[in-house]
Amino acid sequence: MTTARSGRDSSEITLDAVRDGLVSIDDIRIHPDTLEHQATVAEANANPQLAANLRRAAELTGLPDDEVLAVYDALRPRRSTTVQLETIAASLESRGAALNAALVREAAAAYARRGLLAEG
Amino acid sequence: MAEQPIGRFRFMDAQRVNLDGFAVEEPSLGLVAFDSPGDPVPNLAVDASGRVVELDGRAEADFDVVDAFIAAHGIDVSVAGEVMALDDVALARMLVDVAVPRSEVVRLAAGATPAKLARVLAQLTPAELVIAMTKMRARRTPSNQAHVTNRSDDPLLLAADAATAAAFGFREIETTVPVLGDAPSNAVAVSIGAAVGSPGVLVQCSVEEALELELGMAGLVSYAETVSLYGTEQIFVDGDDTPWSKAFLTSAYASRGIKMRVTTGGGSEALMGGAEGCSMFYLEARCVSLARAMGAQGVQNGGIDSASVAGSVPGGVRSLMAENLMVMLRNLEACTGNDALMSESEVRRTSRTHPIFIGGSDFICSGFGSIQRYDNMFGPSQWNSEDIDDYLVMQRDWTVDGGLRTAAEPEVARLRRRAAEAVRDVYRWLGLADLDDDWLEQAVDAAGSKDVPAADLMVPLEASRVIRQSGVTMIDVVTALDACGYAEEAERLLAMLHARVAGDYLQTAAIFDEQMNVLSLVTDPNDYAGPGTGYRPTGARLHEINTVRQQRSVDDLLREQATGSTGAFTVRGPAAAGSDPTDVVIGVSAATGRRIWTTLSGLSVEDVLEELLAGLEEEGCRGRVVRINDTVDLGLIGLTAARLSGSGIAIGLQAKGTALIHRRDLAPLANLELFSVAPTVTAELYRALGSNAGRHAKGSTPEPLRNPYSDMAIEARFHTKVVSLVAIERGCLDPALGPEELEVHR
Repeated sequence: MTTARSGRDSSEITLDAVRDGLVSIDDIRIHPDTLEHQATVAEANANPQLAANLRRAAELTGLPDDEVLAVYDALRPRRSTTVQLETIAASLESRGAALNAALVREAAAAYARRGLLAEG
Repeated sequence: MAEQPIGRFRFMDAQRVNLDGFAVEEPSLGLVAFDSPGDPVPNLAVDASGRVVELDGRAEADFDVVDAFIAAHGIDVSVAGEVMALDDVALARMLVDVAVPRSEVVRLAAGATPAKLARVLAQLTPAELVIAMTKMRARRTPSNQAHVTNRSDDPLLLAADAATAAAFGFREIETTVPVLGDAPSNAVAVSIGAAVGSPGVLVQCSVEEALELELGMAGLVSYAETVSLYGTEQIFVDGDDTPWSKAFLTSAYASRGIKMRVTTGGGSEALMGGAEGCSMFYLEARCVSLARAMGAQGVQNGGIDSASVAGSVPGGVRSLMAENLMVMLRNLEACTGNDALMSESEVRRTSRTHPIFIGGSDFICSGFGSIQRYDNMFGPSQWNSEDIDDYLVMQRDWTVDGGLRTAAEPEVARLRRRAAEAVRDVYRWLGLADLDDDWLEQAVDAAGSKDVPAADLMVPLEASRVIRQSGVTMIDVVTALDACGYAEEAERLLAMLHARVAGDYLQTAAIFDEQMNVLSLVTDPNDYAGPGTGYRPTGARLHEINTVRQQRSVDDLLREQATGSTGAFTVRGPAAAGSDPTDVVIGVSAATGRRIWTTLSGLSVEDVLEELLAGLEEEGCRGRVVRINDTVDLGLIGLTAARLSGSGIAIGLQAKGTALIHRRDLAPLANLELFSVAPTVTAELYRALGSNAGRHAKGSTPEPLRNPYSDMAIEARFHTKVVSLVAIERGCLDPALGPEELEVHR
């Protein structure tokens, strides 16, 4: 059995527990350590890119749903300025999401070069 | 007045294939499958630090967003030198060489540029594509995905149809909406229906990216697929995304433990006017490289919505399959199109799917329309509920696992009722809607939404509003199912939530079997290495494939025949030779009136004999019925009868209805007249045959009879019965008995 993001062992997440109202959405969310484990499995199966994705995902487990959706939206074409993307990157970095921060910075550089930033 | 084409061409023009569009190749518009003059020569330059500084003819400063992302994340530079130096044909041969393991091809492909793989895969013939697909797909066990949608977003019908799809063996179900606001209701209804049908069926609701992720986060769906990628920057940006936004989205799904694959497909750039002079296949190679670079575990491609664009150009259908193979080379899950209907021609659409069906893929169809064509809100699929029996029979014909199985009617009826009732009860419990009995009864019985006039279009919209506003999650749905007495289904949906905590189904090509085991690249790796290896259906699965509900045995046929038994035949005694010149013997086969009472045309054997006797009587002859007990051969039956006949003329009749006129001096296989296709012989024709036998006996001129003819596959309909009927005839033989004279009571 695995540990959910809430810290509970998934063996505790039974129908009885649901019935008693003792299961929250965090009990059915994946734990970052589990994603790290899956990343090593992906690496061992000849897919380092899938591993990298799962490691970025591990970082995102700490972000609330709204913020994940907001970052996604900010990365869409012509939604953000360089400054806005850098703000997002810095915020992600400060909360242990360094891989995602790097992805956002990489996007910012590419968007600047290809004209995909928002009008300042 | 314009001159009309000749009749032969007017006739050909009217055939269904000519409703399809066929384009003259036009590389400048991207209307070319392979090898456009605009495609770059493959190349790769890497600087001392391992950074890709030139990709397929473009220098780093000129990289568009697709190039840039692939260059940064998609190329394994440690093998790039080796693979880029390999001759295209040499690499192509490795794909079909069973001595080269899949892992070696995957290792090399990781370092290849899009243009390189495009050139290599263009080398393969269709037969080679089949072998390469057999070897290269990620998961050993093939599977299939269903569309479950309807015109009214009717939650009861969605649930019943999802349960039905699961019963037929689909392991993924994709729904969508004609009305965006209905999406949450559809996700809930399909999830419940799927859980009624089987444990472990993955469910997605294809809608706009952000809403789809929201549904996933609430646990209302268990995978996502409609994250679209394009091969040119312009079209990518027109799609309101970039490789970075999509890569982030990919991670977002994984961060909530949700399986996800991306959607691409050759021809989409040409369709949107942005192919930049490149071939469909090269642009698709870029998409697939990008999918791998982003870290998506899988790709649905093979044209998808633009399959008919690829289908319009020479080699286009081959390129669709090569696209799928490209995904497999990149070590990703392949969900291999056969999705949007790409032709009006039944022959063409079968031809397009068949090599993939034979080769086997992670998902043969990335959307088999398990509902009727008119209810498919993605548009009609290549395969639809109209074709489920065809597909099951194709599996049986080739002993191929296409992911489906026969489902028995009583079981599907039970599942549909339980699914619809579960949704009704859960909707009531959660305060989403009150659904009445008429609606429920119609949905259970319906073959499609046209059979559910009671459906209220406002219900899914209102239910969805409540789901979103009150933040209903899958935990609430599980609670409701349990409270309403559906503990088993509640457990099944809870198991899907456990799966997202465990994360094993984030690995490449993961599905669940019915025991909730994950089958994926990791747990069920494809080990094909030539004959005798790889996936072969065995045991229970083989039985499912071989057993279609329409099959019949000799015992089934005997039971059917027994229902026509009349006891109208009695044996008078051994048949004697006649001397009266008006005597015409009707020789009947051994099983006639003993085990077989009904001919293939549905007439009783007494009725046939009555017609023959009446025909003889019209010509002033006397018919005599004699059973020939030593042969099943109609010629010999007729000849034996003719030798007993006073006139020397006889009619031979097999119980299945085949009949002829024979004369005592002819060779066994010669005869005067023959009705060889028993299913088409009518009572009138039997009477005419009797009358002609009488004329032969009298030496007058018989009336020429036109043999009944049909352009239908009569033999396909009846040959299995014929085999059984002949076996029954043979079982009735008793050479010691000799010919017996029969009395036929009316």
